[in-house]
Amino acid sequence: MVRIPFETYRLDNGLRVVLSRDPSVPVVAINLWYGVGSRNERPGRTGFAHLFEHMMFQGSAHVPETAHFALIEQAGGSLNGSTWLDRTNYFETLPAHYLELGLWLESDRMGWLLPAMTQEKLDNQRDVVKNERRWRVDNQPYGDWDERLQAMVYPPDHPYHHSVIGSMEDLDAASLEDVEEFFRTYYAPNNAVLTLCGEFDPAQARDLIERYFGEIPRGPEVPPLPGRTEIPPLIGGEVRERVEQDISLPRLYLAYRIPPYGDDEFYTAAVASHVLAWGKASLLYRSLVRDRRLAQDVVAYAFPIVVGSAMLVLWATARPGVEPERLEAALLDEIEALARVEDREVERAIHLLETRRLIDLQRVDERADQLSMFTMLFDDPDRINTELDRLKAVTTADVRSFAERFLGADNRASLLYVPRTGGAA
Amino acid sequence: MSSTFDRTAPPTVGPPPAVVPPAVERHRLHNGLDVLVVRRPGLPIVDLRLVVRAGAAADLPERAGRASLVAEMLDEGTRRYTAIEFAEALDRLGAELEIAANWDATVLSLHVLRSRLEPALDLMAETVVRPTFPEVEMRRVRDERLADLARQRQEPRFLAHETFCAVAYGQGHPYGATLSGTPESVQAIGRDEVEAFYRQHFRPGNAFLVAVGDVDPAELFPLLERTLGAWEPATPAPPAPPGRPAARPTTIFLVDRPGAAQSEIQVGHAAVPRATPDFFPLLVLNTVLGGAFTSRLNMALREERGYTYGAGSRFDFRLGPGPFVASSAVFTGVTDDALRIFVDEIRRIREEPVTADELERARNYVALGLPRQLETTGQIARTIADIELYGLGDDYLARFIQRVRAVTAEEVLRAARSHLDPEHMALVVVGDRERIEEPLRTLGLGPVEMP
Repeated sequence: MVRIPFETYRLDNGLRVVLSRDPSVPVVAINLWYGVGSRNERPGRTGFAHLFEHMMFQGSAHVPETAHFALIEQAGGSLNGSTWLDRTNYFETLPAHYLELGLWLESDRMGWLLPAMTQEKLDNQRDVVKNERRWRVDNQPYGDWDERLQAMVYPPDHPYHHSVIGSMEDLDAASLEDVEEFFRTYYAPNNAVLTLCGEFDPAQARDLIERYFGEIPRGPEVPPLPGRTEIPPLIGGEVRERVEQDISLPRLYLAYRIPPYGDDEFYTAAVASHVLAWGKASLLYRSLVRDRRLAQDVVAYAFPIVVGSAMLVLWATARPGVEPERLEAALLDEIEALARVEDREVERAIHLLETRRLIDLQRVDERADQLSMFTMLFDDPDRINTELDRLKAVTTADVRSFAERFLGADNRASLLYVPRTGGAA
Repeated sequence: MSSTFDRTAPPTVGPPPAVVPPAVERHRLHNGLDVLVVRRPGLPIVDLRLVVRAGAAADLPERAGRASLVAEMLDEGTRRYTAIEFAEALDRLGAELEIAANWDATVLSLHVLRSRLEPALDLMAETVVRPTFPEVEMRRVRDERLADLARQRQEPRFLAHETFCAVAYGQGHPYGATLSGTPESVQAIGRDEVEAFYRQHFRPGNAFLVAVGDVDPAELFPLLERTLGAWEPATPAPPAPPGRPAARPTTIFLVDRPGAAQSEIQVGHAAVPRATPDFFPLLVLNTVLGGAFTSRLNMALREERGYTYGAGSRFDFRLGPGPFVASSAVFTGVTDDALRIFVDEIRRIREEPVTADELERARNYVALGLPRQLETTGQIARTIADIELYGLGDDYLARFIQRVRAVTAEEVLRAARSHLDPEHMALVVVGDRERIEEPLRTLGLGPVEMP
């Protein structure tokens, strides 16, 4: 198998750097992970990490308000940022000769964001983010499923209890003082990883990184996560919720607490989710969609998150005329049957994971993001090369034992969406 | 905090690295199937893209959805495999096979590790050489499609898209329905209609294969002869591209979604085929108007006013006159103002030339962005397949950057005046009628209809 090369070092101010050269394409991906996500938000400020991410595109001391997007787009580059439970990332892919432009932009907002902040910018991006919430969540069928499941799987004082997008009330409450405090607390070189992947001269890249980032001072120690991070490995019972929406087909979501990403058993969960619902030969697709015709679709996914417990989520949409109770009973039967899964099912899942992983790693931006992730979460960028071995090491016995221990009624959140009865159509 | 050097100016850069277009090696199998190979040693992956020159545009709306049902049925049973045997065999190889119909073609896309190419190719060939379209699978697939259509209509964006197709093209035009079809059209499609489409169009003389990756043509060609070479030769004529629908005066089409938190807006009209000589000016035009983050529409609606999470526009280039569509999802209370801005911006780009700065930024965005489109085996396969499907010529990629850079502000203005028509637009709004109908009526953009 191909090994992705990289070198890694640390600046004096604590910034971790990963360089991974690949001269086969004339582009360079720049990727920054900051060790802050929705898990760091305090009560009353849900959604703030994401709102803050938007503010990072509004200019900094030496970069005018709309210049960040404009300069990268006129260089033929692509860019974005994203916020999740454990982290916030910022990335751009540029023609190789524009490397320095990207480093200039990223270093300016890491070191000099606050002088450019205004109330007007904050109000504007608050409106944009509220519209993002309406678009993704409030105006979409089943759109609030992750918000509801997180609240069911994690206790109110756990950092994963609330969603990344946050509540409208909390977004309304966010102030410029919050922006300043958040920046000073979390946006510092010692809480970030910078990765370059693609075509560049490594010696020149080191010089440029030192020049642009080296003078940014180290920030304070990052405070511990708010709330309670240690929780029992199982939910300890069944949590049920039923939601009426303007939908035509009921959909059932199931979620389970599972060991956190990085743990060997998380990889078992990833394989198990593929055994259950990846592709037309998967157990749930065969049984619920093809043979018994109870479901329109089935999906299973293990959230790769690291604090305390991660979460395995499954869903199935009922076919017209199928009672949700029948769908649920059939789904639970199949999940129970995972405890008796055969070798060939596990092999199938691992082969699919292997191909998908190689396809994903073709892109420099994906490689850069994974190198940042493995460095930030596990201090081990080489996991980009060993991740597949961890997946391949999962055995049939592992999947069976995982199913028995984690996929029972004592660890289940069940969220059912049903069409609204009465009222507006 | 001060800096030890002047950070105020963006760093200057040297000349761009040369973009070397992928070298294509051509070959024709004995049965007439054209094969295009691009070698990309590196990761041990091969991407195969088999393109059959028949898609949804081959059917009128009364049969809408047929091409996509054919695509779905190709791997639901062949002479050698039942549907489930096929799925298992493919998965065991870790191979991914996607089959989908777009407007102009049906595309089979196989991603597989180099070491498992041969058995995966065997399976891919089964789907086009020996499909059986079993009645029982057909009924299930059709039922799923019907339920899916009902579910999709709960999604405001799909509803807006479906309405836009219908009002911009009308019932008698192939582009008047979505690729998925309508409940009425899908209900009427049985296995015989599906098989008839396959028999008419799925022949090697009406198809081509693109192979990209860690693959030696000298080894690949015999393998292809042994598998896809069994495809019975014939060269049916590809379906004729549809013509232009009749234009009608600008009208607001309002679809009620009581209590909706946002209004989904899609505005535009039938535009030009891919073969238009104005392709490059239109590419630059759309980048200025709505193709990038810093385009006029997104800056006006998102960054200046905070009405939306994003706004944009595109020309959907097809063999026939695909649509120009601008779209956004906006907060309910600003629906009328957002619609006014859409129409104003479309008018403005026809009235005054784009500025020198906008022109330069847009040309660079498109030209310098090319290498990012040619990074993965899948991207290269898609690009080479499109060049072949639309007959863009072997020198298309080599000349791409130069042709983009040559576009002038006058050409953009001329293209805008020729191909954007604010007086004949469909303005589709999906939202809370009770709150938005009156404001929309008083805008004066056109009559309001409930389609």
